[in-house]
Amino acid sequence: MLDKRVKTLADAVAGIKDGAVVLIAGFGSSGIPVELIHALIDQGARDLTVVSNNAGSGRTDLAALLATGRVRKLICSYPKTSGSVVFEELYAAGKIELELVPQGTLSERMRAAGAGLGGFYTPTGVGTDLAKGKEVRKINGREYVFETPLKGDVALIKAERADRWGNLVYRGAARNFAPTMAMAADLTIVQAREIVELGALDPETIVTPGIFVDRVVHVPNPAAAGQP
Amino acid sequence: MTTALSRTQIARRAAQDIPDGAYVNLGIGLPTLVANFVPKDREVIYHSENGILGMGPAPAPGTEDPDLINASKQYVTLLPGASIFHHTDAFVMMRGGHLDLALLGAFEVSRAGDLANWATLDDKTPPGVGGAMDLAAGAKAVWVLMDHTTKDGRPRIVEHCTYPLTARGVVKRIYTSLAVIDVTPDGLFVREMAPGLSFDDLQARTGAPLRLANDWRPIAID
Repeated sequence: MLDKRVKTLADAVAGIKDGAVVLIAGFGSSGIPVELIHALIDQGARDLTVVSNNAGSGRTDLAALLATGRVRKLICSYPKTSGSVVFEELYAAGKIELELVPQGTLSERMRAAGAGLGGFYTPTGVGTDLAKGKEVRKINGREYVFETPLKGDVALIKAERADRWGNLVYRGAARNFAPTMAMAADLTIVQAREIVELGALDPETIVTPGIFVDRVVHVPNPAAAGQP
Repeated sequence: MTTALSRTQIARRAAQDIPDGAYVNLGIGLPTLVANFVPKDREVIYHSENGILGMGPAPAPGTEDPDLINASKQYVTLLPGASIFHHTDAFVMMRGGHLDLALLGAFEVSRAGDLANWATLDDKTPPGVGGAMDLAAGAKAVWVLMDHTTKDGRPRIVEHCTYPLTARGVVKRIYTSLAVIDVTPDGLFVREMAPGLSFDDLQARTGAPLRLANDWRPIAID
């Protein structure tokens, strides 16, 4: 029987290794897997590379993980969201490495990893500082920058509903990076507000098919992200 | 005497030119004001990079939903016909040339339509690019809304951008506090000027050569 449910948050994040590349879903405070991030903090893995669109705000979840000093490098598009105080302090002190990636390139690099592709050529960033040192190729008269796939060892995802096969649906714009990150990591861990019987999710509207998911933990009352 | 346009008036002026039925992305800051001024008889479909098409106005107090936000992380609503999709598809729409229009703020625009709107020259704070480069590279047309000069009077329309570039040669039209200017292969054409402003005054506050369109007119300010 295929059953991806795990009983506790500790079980959900068990085995995440030091040095792991961790994809963390969410945009601003929407879709952030708060409880999984705190479970990762408790689990203790260090020397992490975190991939997330923003750099957390306030003092909880992603900001709390950064504050532990266990994140060596952040790969993101926009670490300047208001309230990103923890990241700003670490950055100013030279205690964290930043790789800045245009948002669509960030997303597509993860999609490429999930899709088994060796990279892609994008018009985004041509002629800018963020394309420095990268291969540029003219295709049908237009210049494109070559970008490489970005694969995660782990993805942390927040879903609205899941079943035991790991099929997922999301809520509103909390979906954001989650479907792409789910397919781009070796170990995709999901916290779901509700876990439903197999067959209860409409096959026509499942957003993330369970093949991309490894573990599902039930978190019925997820906390808001970015709290003081 | 010249009447420079306020930020609200710049937004109102640009809103008049958005065509009925257009798919539009409004950048952070001044461009977000534009949605308030689109004529009521036009249906404009707003896109947000975090996966929404068909964004409606801000919700009534007390009905905010933390899972319905725009790219500026402000609460929004969904109009009938709205759709939700994931980030990669949101950027397929942007990068793939599916959006009719992107209205963006800027630090500088060059004579050739180069756009600088993502990074300042301050290296103490961390840089942030977000979706700016994807939007600039991918929308069918990019319009810029900005003050004509900096606070200390330096031109923002320049021969070559001094700020880090967002994209090269993408800006098609510029709405400023003093003028509406088209960026064309033949140069910068002034379509409209603020009431009371002379062409020489405008040129003096602009860092690249301007040409006055034959059919230019004063900007209509309500």
